[in-house]
Amino acid sequence: MTARMKARFADLKRQNRAGLVTFITAGDPDDATSAAVLRALPGAGADVIELGMPFTDPMADGPTIQAAALRALKAGHRLSKTLAMVRDFRRDDDATPIVLMGYYNPIYVYGVDRFLADAKEAGVDGLIVVDLPPEEDRELCVPALAAGLNFIRLATPTTDDARLPAVLKNTSGFVYYVSVNGITGSAIPDYSRVASSVQRIKRHTDLPVAVGFGVKTPEGAAEVAAHADAVVVGTALIDVLARSLDGGRATPTTVDAVRGFVEGLARGVRSAKRPAPAAQEDRP
Amino acid sequence: MNKPDLPNSFRNGPDERGHFGNYGGRFVAETLMPLILELEKAYEAAKADPAFAAEIASLHTHYVGRPSPLYFAERLTEHCGGAKIYFKRDELNHTGAHKINNVLGQILLAMRMGKTRIIAETGAGQHGVATATACARFGLPCVVYMGAVDVERQKPNVFRMKMLGAEVVPVQSGARTLKDAMNEALRDWVTNVDDTFYCIGTAAGPHPYPAMVRDFQSIIGTEVRTQMQAAEGRLPDSLVACIGGGSNAIGLFHPFLDDAGIEIFGVEAAGHGLDTKAHAASLAGGKPGVLHGNRTYLLMDDDGQIEEGHSISAGLDYPGIGPEHAWLKDMGRVNYLSATDAGALDAFQLCCRLEGIIPALEPAHALAAVLELAPKRPRDHLMVMNMCGRGDKDIFTVADHLGGM
Repeated sequence: MTARMKARFADLKRQNRAGLVTFITAGDPDDATSAAVLRALPGAGADVIELGMPFTDPMADGPTIQAAALRALKAGHRLSKTLAMVRDFRRDDDATPIVLMGYYNPIYVYGVDRFLADAKEAGVDGLIVVDLPPEEDRELCVPALAAGLNFIRLATPTTDDARLPAVLKNTSGFVYYVSVNGITGSAIPDYSRVASSVQRIKRHTDLPVAVGFGVKTPEGAAEVAAHADAVVVGTALIDVLARSLDGGRATPTTVDAVRGFVEGLARGVRSAKRPAPAAQEDRP
Repeated sequence: MNKPDLPNSFRNGPDERGHFGNYGGRFVAETLMPLILELEKAYEAAKADPAFAAEIASLHTHYVGRPSPLYFAERLTEHCGGAKIYFKRDELNHTGAHKINNVLGQILLAMRMGKTRIIAETGAGQHGVATATACARFGLPCVVYMGAVDVERQKPNVFRMKMLGAEVVPVQSGARTLKDAMNEALRDWVTNVDDTFYCIGTAAGPHPYPAMVRDFQSIIGTEVRTQMQAAEGRLPDSLVACIGGGSNAIGLFHPFLDDAGIEIFGVEAAGHGLDTKAHAASLAGGKPGVLHGNRTYLLMDDDGQIEEGHSISAGLDYPGIGPEHAWLKDMGRVNYLSATDAGALDAFQLCCRLEGIIPALEPAHALAAVLELAPKRPRDHLMVMNMCGRGDKDIFTVADHLGGM
């Protein structure tokens, strides 16, 4: 785990609260606005940032995040600019972990070794690459771990107990539990099942478990935060950003709209009722 | 000892991880991974079950009309003045193309797996029609994803699918063509994992699809072996097939890959020309990358963003190609050529007038290559071209290009 990631989750544990993980697409709707949104996230209450690397063919994403990627690409965004965004962000913030999230092809074309070196140098903490299951670990996961980056894996309702160990084997940083089968932005999760799902994963790992897919409101964030180590919000946040745009372009309200929404989510996360810390320490 | 440059056999792929050399693999979201492993297991079991093969064989005979004829194209041969040209007549299959060979295999497998809902992507609509047909035959609900642009330009096939009871979903995302239809089908699958079987139309996608689709299509080449022995007392000297994703081509080629003397030609769509941006020749104009579950040659920019393919033929304008073709190219076993829109249109007209066969625009690309290759070969050279689809669906496109005829 990178020092930043480790410190952040240790801190959350001390505060006995779940973290808020916010997703934005790099370069959406343009590089300058996206960089301003990124800078505003920690102050608004984001504990970890997932920064989407735009791709033309995001097979696991719903219409909202697809549209965000296309806006970014249309505005001339590319992978090297995502890395530059992180580098700039790190000049003012050396505490908030950043996880790059996307699909393998742009990384593969950039060159795995070059990408890992540049990402590490820029101040990236981890990677989530949707189309790299454990079966393809030697592509990027193993080299990323060797380079000192976290490789964060998605576990889903289809990941049964027999498969979980394989999924968790090379996972580091945290586990991202996708609470519904589907694409990003799809159905609202069944909150009653979040607790048991998190417990199921925790039986197999000591890593923090972040839960996402379908969290749209401060109340929803609070529901998930009662059971998970972190709550991931993506589509709802991009929806807020998208609604602030005028013909696909940023307006003076864009950054504030996102900031306000994230502040609400952060309040939701912090309001969650959680068992006393001792109750969570039942592992030897 | 040095590592040999070439494998002992070209027919042993993929390896247990679904790789053909550097290509193929299983690049899918975690949600789909258990399904793909389950599919692989089910397919291996079906392959080992003689009842599965018998069921397919019976449908081939009574429903599809196999074996499709191997036809000596006498007037085209005279016209070219070289090789003896044969057509493998897969356009005579029920539904008018080779696609049904694969679909029946996959639908039977889906039923063995207890799946109750079928989804498919389609470009030109031939795979969609074949899937809708098989679903009607077996009483399964069927959803076909089709790019909104393709829905417009392939209307007859949209009507066919609807008449067969399928739901056709026009895909509005991305460039609204085949690759976006495939994205949308994958999104459906990831959402409906419990009951849904994804019937992929070409020899691409995550393992085991490329191998499975190839196996179902290999009936084409297997029949050619027998039929050419019967007609000429020996095997052919060359094989020619068009390539979009490459399922008809791999189906013809695969049974012959280890017959070293046989020249094999795959023909990609060169659209307006390989020197323009408007083509769909992933091997000639692309680079290795990862899309739709496999590593293969892709049309993309230097940032790894996927570009649109262009071809007059909606069935060929996919920006990728099946991974086994990517490997066969690198191995040098298959020669990959290309034909332009204009070349395909010329070949289309020639075939209509000389042979009384209206070819689909897809095999018209293969025919354009035959017109180049055949004259340069001796009269005892036996050349087989896969006539993988009939052209009824294309007559309006052709009429548009030829100014209404």
